[in-house]
Amino acid sequence: MKELALHILDLLQNSVEAGASRVGIDIIEDAGNDQLVIEVRDDGKGMSPELLERVLDPFVTTRRTRRVGLGLPLLAVAARQAGGEVQVESSPGGGTRIVASFGLSHVDRAPLGDMAATLVAVLAANPQLKLHYRHRRDGGEALFDSEAIEERIGSVPWDKPEAALWARDAIRSGLAALPDPASGPARDKGR
Amino acid sequence: MRSLEELERIRKRAQEAMKVREGEQPVKVVVAMGTCGIAAGAREVMTAILEELAGRSLTGVTVTQTGCIGLCEQEPMLTVEKPGRPAVTYGQITGERARRIIAQHVVNDVVVGEWVVSTRR
Repeated sequence: MKELALHILDLLQNSVEAGASRVGIDIIEDAGNDQLVIEVRDDGKGMSPELLERVLDPFVTTRRTRRVGLGLPLLAVAARQAGGEVQVESSPGGGTRIVASFGLSHVDRAPLGDMAATLVAVLAANPQLKLHYRHRRDGGEALFDSEAIEERIGSVPWDKPEAALWARDAIRSGLAALPDPASGPARDKGR
Repeated sequence: MRSLEELERIRKRAQEAMKVREGEQPVKVVVAMGTCGIAAGAREVMTAILEELAGRSLTGVTVTQTGCIGLCEQEPMLTVEKPGRPAVTYGQITGERARRIIAQHVVNDVVVGEWVVSTRR
């Protein structure tokens, strides 16, 4: 995957497959500790201890069409090569929480990429999903909370292209208002 | 930040369009979003479809997703499902190809033969 945002899209697909109705995505860019942390939480059906133990192994999957599961192992490789790691917490009925850390300025860290496109791809195809996105960078914070929006104006048909593109622009302008990245690959600038 | 008022207007327009189309079967565009699809570019395909549908005001078309269907080498893939017609699955789609499929197949009802992977009744 060329962007961390594509790994996040993959994690969100797992949440959808697990029947989640609410998903939280937290991204923290912490230049002081030179760390980038991505956390994805869902209220899906969760994993058994047996599956959890083997979930970073590429030969594990719940899918039946292809017997190799690649999503989490790929994320683990991306984190490790950038001086970080992946932690997975999950229990049957208790949802799943995945925390991936990366060295923020590590040369082998993939750029974060287009988070707005990632979130909107998920929301447009799963309009019932409650999406809570929070992105912090050096004291600044960007938020997109589809549930809070719907509490204010009523249920939104996110699967309608106009509504999905509204969400994309809202997320983009929130991210553009964050402070400029203090460190890390220059290609992250402007995201 | 775009305003909530704007989103409310979008929401109202969508509700009105839905009333007009009540009882009609929607046209569906399904994007494969497994790990294989995502790595091959499914997100850009999804973005292109949303932009093209919004630009053409195609309110009767629904975008949805599926996981890996076992043809990973053909990703990114998308399927067009029109009521009363065979579902057509396209492979190795880019954003640009997705836009052409919207124009040619979804709007003009002509299957884009060169990228078809399978058809199913």
